[in-house]
Amino acid sequence: MILESVIKAFELLFSFDREIYSIIFLSLTISILATIVGSFFGTIFGILISISDFKLKKFTKKIVFTFMGIPPVVLGLIVLLLITGPFDGMNLLFTKSAMFIAQTLLVLPIVTGNIVISSEKTQKKVLETATTLGASKFDKIVLLIKEIKPFIMMSVILGFSRALSEVGAVMLVGGNIKNDTRVMTTYIALNNSMGEYSVSIAMGMILLLIAFILHTLLARFRGDFYD
Amino acid sequence: MKRSAILLMILFVFTLSSCSKKELIVVTTTSLDNSGLLAYILPSFEEEYGIFVKVVALGTGAALEMGEMGEADILLVHAYESEVEFVNNGFGEKRDNIMFNDFIFVGPHEIGVMSIEETLEVISENYDFYSRGDNSGTHTKELYLWNEFGYDVDTFEDWYKETGQGMGSTLTMTSLSKYFTLTDRATYLSMLENIDLVIVFEQCPELKNQYGVIKVNPELHNRNEEYADLFYDWIIREDTQALIATYILYDTQLFYPNAGD
Repeated sequence: MILESVIKAFELLFSFDREIYSIIFLSLTISILATIVGSFFGTIFGILISISDFKLKKFTKKIVFTFMGIPPVVLGLIVLLLITGPFDGMNLLFTKSAMFIAQTLLVLPIVTGNIVISSEKTQKKVLETATTLGASKFDKIVLLIKEIKPFIMMSVILGFSRALSEVGAVMLVGGNIKNDTRVMTTYIALNNSMGEYSVSIAMGMILLLIAFILHTLLARFRGDFYD
Repeated sequence: MKRSAILLMILFVFTLSSCSKKELIVVTTTSLDNSGLLAYILPSFEEEYGIFVKVVALGTGAALEMGEMGEADILLVHAYESEVEFVNNGFGEKRDNIMFNDFIFVGPHEIGVMSIEETLEVISENYDFYSRGDNSGTHTKELYLWNEFGYDVDTFEDWYKETGQGMGSTLTMTSLSKYFTLTDRATYLSMLENIDLVIVFEQCPELKNQYGVIKVNPELHNRNEEYADLFYDWIIREDTQALIATYILYDTQLFYPNAGD
């Protein structure tokens, strides 16, 4: 079974089947876009939460940490209710945009939470030094970002892994529609339901391979992180 | 302290594995599981024999695959030709009809059609359609219908979309998107509360939905085949067949027993 699947994986990869390639491409595009947007706002929110003092800070952090573990299918349900309810007019149901929104919302708390933790650990010493040197608030934030760069990197990787691997949310809001909103994970789920386990395993291996290649590329830019 | 923790864990693992229990694995289709029939009739089997029935719901294609791998004792599916092939290939020991109901075309509003030809024509020309696209019994039936009436699914354009999901999810999507689809009547009725769809065409011989029971060849696994025999005989027995006929949802009898036909 396993060996059969390995062969199948290579067959799929080199079959140059348009459907397979568009599924892989869509998976990557949505996950990468969601990771970029989610990480951007996540980093900003994370730093803002960690450096500001406000009344509900503890509570806010608890909320962020809770949402880090939200089951994708639950988040998908929330997005589904939103786009069929208050945002019904935007025609987002069963579209790629809906999938992007869901994945971005999945990535956001993961990055935010990780940044809050790492930024709180580093900021004390950094900010004290910066204050004695007379830095402005903006300078401090820039300095902090520089200081926690490796942690941002790690958060982005975590966020991307979450986006690429989740199936519940994209299934619900995307609908797994053939040649439209079908991505690698929902394609695997479909093949599981059809008993086509070797195609599933093959697709799973391709997914892991892609993740590995991406990390190899990243290592070129941030070698220190992988040492 | 440490010892008691280990003991507790061993106990826990044993509870999970439950290998000594009398149990039977029945793999069935999502449409049958969604209909609620099994929950209605199985207690009578479990009471009579003290055997716990584990129901696994998959598409018909996956159910047959599970049978081939020896992961099931009994299959309850609805794709006659594949079932016969399954038994002929030695994966199943025997097969019988158990009951039938029918497929229906549903959509957001009525379209005033009188025949199946007309239904396919009006939908394909004016509306959007969700296909299951998952090799399930329902999908097989739908492809058969298009083909039978001279359509080539591969040439269909954007109005025809494959969801690749179970009957319940596909009905929900159909309702939300205001599309049309083909469904078995049982799943439709069991979901009526949550979907906004009406029947657009029903009642014709082409839409019959036959369910069968298969006893998986016991040589494919090492479980007790006695339980499978008990179940097989029980489900085609007269009183169980009569029980199936009493399963009613929204004043409609969902399944018509026909074991022995």
